[in-house]
Amino acid sequence: MYRDLKWKIPLILAVVLGSVLLAYPLKEKISLGLDLQGGMHLLLEVKVEKAVEASLERLADDIKRDIFDDDLELDRIKAIYEDRRVNVRMVDKLDLPPVKKILDDYPFFSLVSEDSDGLGLVYQLSADHVEQIEQNAVSQGLETIRNRVDQFGVSEPTIQVQGERRILVQLPGIKDPERAINLIGKTARLEFKLLDEEHSLEQALSGNVPEDSEILYQRVVDKETGAVTKEPFLIRKRTVLTGETLTGAEVRFDSDFNEPYVSLTFNSVGAMIFQQVTRENIKKRLAIVLDGNVYSAPVIQDEIAGGRAQVTGGFTSAEARDLAIVLRAGALPAPVVILENRTVGPSLGKDSIDKGFTSIIYGSLLVVVFIIFYYRWSGVIAVTALFLNIVLLAGALAYFGAALTLPGIAGIILTVGMAIDANVLIFERIREEVRIGKTVRAAIDAGFSKAFRTIVDANTTTFIAAVVLFQFGTGPIKGFAITLCIGIAASMFTAVFVSRTIFDATMSQRKLDKLSI
Amino acid sequence: MKIINSDTHFDFMGKIKMTMAISGLVILIGLGSVALSGGLKYGIDFAGGTLIQLQFKTPPDIEVIRDGLKTISLGESTIQEFGSKRDILIRIQRSEEKLEAVGSKVRNSLGGKFNKEDITIERVEMVGPKVGRDLREKALLSILYAIIGIVIYISWRFELQYAVAAIIALVHDVLVTLGAFSILDKEFTLVIIAAFLAIIGYSLNDTIVVFDRIRENLRRRGKNTLVQTINASINQTLSRTLLTSGTTLMVVAALFFFGGEIIHDFSFALLVGILVGTYSSVFIASAFLVYWDSRH
Repeated sequence: MYRDLKWKIPLILAVVLGSVLLAYPLKEKISLGLDLQGGMHLLLEVKVEKAVEASLERLADDIKRDIFDDDLELDRIKAIYEDRRVNVRMVDKLDLPPVKKILDDYPFFSLVSEDSDGLGLVYQLSADHVEQIEQNAVSQGLETIRNRVDQFGVSEPTIQVQGERRILVQLPGIKDPERAINLIGKTARLEFKLLDEEHSLEQALSGNVPEDSEILYQRVVDKETGAVTKEPFLIRKRTVLTGETLTGAEVRFDSDFNEPYVSLTFNSVGAMIFQQVTRENIKKRLAIVLDGNVYSAPVIQDEIAGGRAQVTGGFTSAEARDLAIVLRAGALPAPVVILENRTVGPSLGKDSIDKGFTSIIYGSLLVVVFIIFYYRWSGVIAVTALFLNIVLLAGALAYFGAALTLPGIAGIILTVGMAIDANVLIFERIREEVRIGKTVRAAIDAGFSKAFRTIVDANTTTFIAAVVLFQFGTGPIKGFAITLCIGIAASMFTAVFVSRTIFDATMSQRKLDKLSI
Repeated sequence: MKIINSDTHFDFMGKIKMTMAISGLVILIGLGSVALSGGLKYGIDFAGGTLIQLQFKTPPDIEVIRDGLKTISLGESTIQEFGSKRDILIRIQRSEEKLEAVGSKVRNSLGGKFNKEDITIERVEMVGPKVGRDLREKALLSILYAIIGIVIYISWRFELQYAVAAIIALVHDVLVTLGAFSILDKEFTLVIIAAFLAIIGYSLNDTIVVFDRIRENLRRRGKNTLVQTINASINQTLSRTLLTSGTTLMVVAALFFFGGEIIHDFSFALLVGILVGTYSSVFIASAFLVYWDSRH
């Protein structure tokens, strides 16, 4: 049977060498989880219903324009968010058939009812179309966030859709997590809107807001005291131009005050609209609105051709740079909210690594000393197997590209404890066999074969628990499950196969009368 | 070297009335503590909320921090030391969906009382209520699925009564550890669930080694009664049981003492679980086999 050694020893050497090659050098080959290297884990939810609402408003606007173009007299058109419907009301009953004809061009709208007075129609968005809008909101949101993160400059970010409307963003090693949150989560919906200068702001503030207008605020920060005040503006609801027509956004510095501002460049369509709007509204004020906040509301001095504009607002240069990034990357089709945020600073991560490894070393030393003391020469074999177990574990972690987390380190420690168990089972069995008078060789044979079944059964149950943990766990927990799974598998190999081979190899060299166990 | 004599003849099964009573009492006290404190104390993973870990250059006065936080209405919050006097953990019940940077908000609120440069934000964890609910559900399911998988495996490898006995033992272990957590007012987090699953795995590992020997001895028991056979099996595996528990406890103790504050409760759960798991393999799982036999 010692002939088996001819393939067993090379096999073991090959596996060990392979693991070493996979895992060396450790620092490069084994990636660390966010809890160890520091970084940010963000789970975002896309408010898809906002995208549907925006779409509904846009469509209502389009329909309104079509009705005007056909010279029909519209009473009002209203979007009803909850039912994804629009209600079109005409002044004259006779106008209903032509309106129906107009709506024929909107295939995803279907007529659901007519108002009882015969003057209005209710149309509903089809479920398919709503779903498409929602899916687009998530996939475009993902793209936009990816663009922003790329421009922010993070190495190896993870950005992926989770479930139907969640986006997972992981940014390892990030230095300024709070800036990153602002950058990722800003909707960045840029709108140009005219001020409503026909109605009085005072009256609007007292609750009498004209139907086509709304009150928006500008945040003014006093540079001396840091106090924030809000300045109200009465602004028309109609958006004359949005950020969708932007082709560029860059940070520039004001030559007089050296204050940063963001310079915008529009595409040809945007430039044309901008020129037209400025021509028709000279001496009126145009507000630049970002995510519902007024940034500035300059008076249009002259027609502006060439498609350029600027956003000022008392920025710091970092704020201006981030604003330029989000404007270049485009607006999120729907706002996002943070469902989960786990951020670990780099120093805490390093502290965790140090402490984790300290405990691995102390724990292993204790076990090693105890086992050698207890089992003598056989103990040395068990410790060798244990050491190889850790080498294999490192190799497997590198091979699967699994990140090492703090619970993962705990998994390694638990593996060390349990890997020894297999050898303990075998050795105790061998001792029993020796006690009933078997020869060394027969005792080893019996010990290994009888203990083997127990080891398989015992490890399989732990393995089942670890696999379940892997299926259900997230992030760091997954790391624990992976190290435990790999550790169990590796310990089956090292504690059973490798230590058996070492026993056999020793005995093939010299005949033993007495076993050091 | 030997820790215990290889030829022990302890009458383990003779003690089961007493151990049952002790186990029952311990579990009752634990569950009583859970009931008294109004259910398990969930960490932010399951309850939702925000957790901020700050490091100060010099040990701060917690009362001063509390005053500072009052200026930014955060709702109910607790402030405690975390491992050292310089490390402070702030827990806030509310979770903020908005993109507001809660870490710097807290740091700014302390700006008047401390030098802001002396405060480092080490960790911010925010879990919204929706995710908390998801995670709670997932954690429960994972324990359930692990148990189902294990029952199937043991029933296939052994017989049904062994599977039932093993499950009772592991439920015992989980309940005792749960009680210990409740009495010591420790929080349940995702990581603790991982520890519980590891305990389940370990407890079974231990139980199966004993069962395996019982099964083996039953095949050639001759005139011995079931109780005698079980006693003999436990005695034969006793040195292994103590050795393995010993080595595993050594490494987990290393983790408990040197692993740092973040992993402290995790290693505590393992420590308790391993001790209880060893005990339950003998006094709960094996005892159940005797009980089952007396009923069939």
